[in-house]
Amino acid sequence: MVETRPQVIDATGRAIDNGWTQLADAAPLPAAGGVILPLARLLATAEAVLPVRLGVLLAPGDAPDAVAALLHRLGVVAVSFPKFRDGRGFTQARSLREHFGYGGEIRAVGHVLPDQFLSLLRCGVSTVELAEGQDPAVWRSVLALRGGLDTRPVAERPLPLLRRLAAPIGIE
Amino acid sequence: MDILEQIRPAEGFPSGGAQTGIYHYDRLDREFLAARIATFREQVERRLSGALTEQEFKPLRLMNGLYLQLHAYMLRVAIPYGILSSTQLRKLAHVGRTYDRGYGHFTTRQNIQFNWIALEQTPDILAELAEVDIHAIQTSGNCIRNVTTDQFAGAAADELIDPRVYAEILRQWSTDHPEFAFLPRKFKIALTGSPQDRAAIKLHDIGVLTTRNAEGIPGFTIYVGGGLGRTPVIGVKIRDWLPAQDLLRYMEAILRVYNASGRRDNLYKARIKILVRETGAAKFAELVEREFASLSGERFALPQAVVDTIHARFGAPQFETLPAQSGAFDAAVAADADFARWTRTNLHPHRVPGYASATISLKPIGGIPGDATADQMDLVADLADRFSFGEIRVAHEQNLVLAHVRRDDLYELWQKLRQPGIETPNIGLVTDIIACPGLDYCDLANARSIPIAQAISARFADLARQHEIGELHLNISGCINACAHHHVGHIGILGVDKHGSEAYQITLGGAANEQAALGQLLGAAVPAEAVPDLIERVVALYLDRRMPGERFIDCFRRLGMAVFKEAARG
Repeated sequence: MVETRPQVIDATGRAIDNGWTQLADAAPLPAAGGVILPLARLLATAEAVLPVRLGVLLAPGDAPDAVAALLHRLGVVAVSFPKFRDGRGFTQARSLREHFGYGGEIRAVGHVLPDQFLSLLRCGVSTVELAEGQDPAVWRSVLALRGGLDTRPVAERPLPLLRRLAAPIGIE
Repeated sequence: MDILEQIRPAEGFPSGGAQTGIYHYDRLDREFLAARIATFREQVERRLSGALTEQEFKPLRLMNGLYLQLHAYMLRVAIPYGILSSTQLRKLAHVGRTYDRGYGHFTTRQNIQFNWIALEQTPDILAELAEVDIHAIQTSGNCIRNVTTDQFAGAAADELIDPRVYAEILRQWSTDHPEFAFLPRKFKIALTGSPQDRAAIKLHDIGVLTTRNAEGIPGFTIYVGGGLGRTPVIGVKIRDWLPAQDLLRYMEAILRVYNASGRRDNLYKARIKILVRETGAAKFAELVEREFASLSGERFALPQAVVDTIHARFGAPQFETLPAQSGAFDAAVAADADFARWTRTNLHPHRVPGYASATISLKPIGGIPGDATADQMDLVADLADRFSFGEIRVAHEQNLVLAHVRRDDLYELWQKLRQPGIETPNIGLVTDIIACPGLDYCDLANARSIPIAQAISARFADLARQHEIGELHLNISGCINACAHHHVGHIGILGVDKHGSEAYQITLGGAANEQAALGQLLGAAVPAEAVPDLIERVVALYLDRRMPGERFIDCFRRLGMAVFKEAARG
């Protein structure tokens, strides 16, 4: 079965090889490659030795604690946005980075807007799955406008003083 | 074009120590604002071209304070913790004159609203405001809103810390916070620097009260889950005392719990008060403490050096060394009964000898509470320059304050204030009414508020009688969204729709201070024309039964509702 995978961009807004297939609960596992499983299915399969690379899809109501013990085996954690107004994924991403020290790929999937790109990155998201028809160029331009590609030292960036002063200690 | 070119610094601003009270921006703060405006300009263009749907544009414009009302856009401009320089107030007057219909409306959250705004002009308005370091960021939307504090911050005699410094820290922390821009619902934080609550902190999503611990160190007592609207709730205490350096760490913890667990299935159950109620206050506090403990104390602690640096960005008034008593003031009080009356209601004690804070009432008899014309704003700006280090405060009661006036100058100030609209000596009295725009302007309202406020104001117009009645807070909301906080008025009036006609429910016994309470219902709703008589009977009973020096609210608490119900029946 040939399926077209959604387009994915990295933290600079450039399109990258997707590399992962999202599987629904009942869909058969492919023979190889990477699959993103819903949380319940991941928990049910986690013990098995599989020929595929594993990722997980967190629904907005899923607590990141549920995958804490499995994070070392996961190539990607996808946080999902059923509507762009539902901001739970931001907290999930930050919890994964800050509470559990997860260093792998965090991917935003679902309904997200280019205008949210910088916030997603600041919360620890590293890739974004674009909806059909979305243009990576728009994401790059929004990022540029909001200083996302600013490579100056934090103290010289257009940020509130608190963030300039407190960046080394990590206050957002 | 360089985005910075859109923001030219206004002449003479900021002019070193000349502008005090406000937090001073630097070049990078202005770059930040410029980038925000450029982003918004581009979003407006995408909206005008149809690239953004209204549904997609809505949260973006709300992040910039732009509401779509029945007839036009409304722009709500942030006045961080209610403090303005005279330069900033003149700019607000200019915006009112140029882009609106010559006035602005000061709100119960210390902001200002302009009601007749054109979408395509908003980027230009924001660029004009940015010239004087004002913005409209996060004055609406489901994010952390303007942090409010009391209007006497930095001046009040009873202050333990200067709340502006921590309010500014909260403003910077919450501005463009990456995690908390899409909360279940809007989020309001109020902070007061004294154990006396003048910022209605128990009616906010988070209320921060400054208190001393057993060792006498000032820190914060934290309340959560307060709010009015259709489910009025007094906030509950979840932390007795928090070291000041842990303020942001604790805020992060509360917001995280709320963002992850607050309800998103029902607009009316999405505020944190519902989460606190459904979780249980003790359990909620436990969740917050757990999150708090998991956030690195070292990483999230506010270093004293950072607090000091931010503190230093506020211009400090150069107070003179003056005797506590002013001969000129005492003589004027003795000689001029009208002035003496104004001093009894419109002054507040200052921490520096020889100074006082003066409140300018925006509640003229028969007027619209909180409205100020562009000309009035210009005049107040001039008076601030002349008498109060160029500094103006907006009180959550919708009045303006000159915080640092020499007692020697008060008589001259008062004489300059003797103009229609700003002269009324009624602060804290029955005609210092807090009212929402009501059905005259607002499409959410069930009933009109302004004509009721005007009728009550006219009924109690006699100043001698108002002063005889004493402290009495009266709040009028045109619907259950409670924009005028009617639940916490000593007398609260709520407009309702009764079989297709406007009617009004009266509550008694509400309070918004540290003894916050929700009012109790006096009886069935009555038609508009019956309201002044009903208020009259309630006040008459109070005057008849009060003990010497007893305020209305204390008398109500002593006598109880039944006595007032009896009197209300007439």
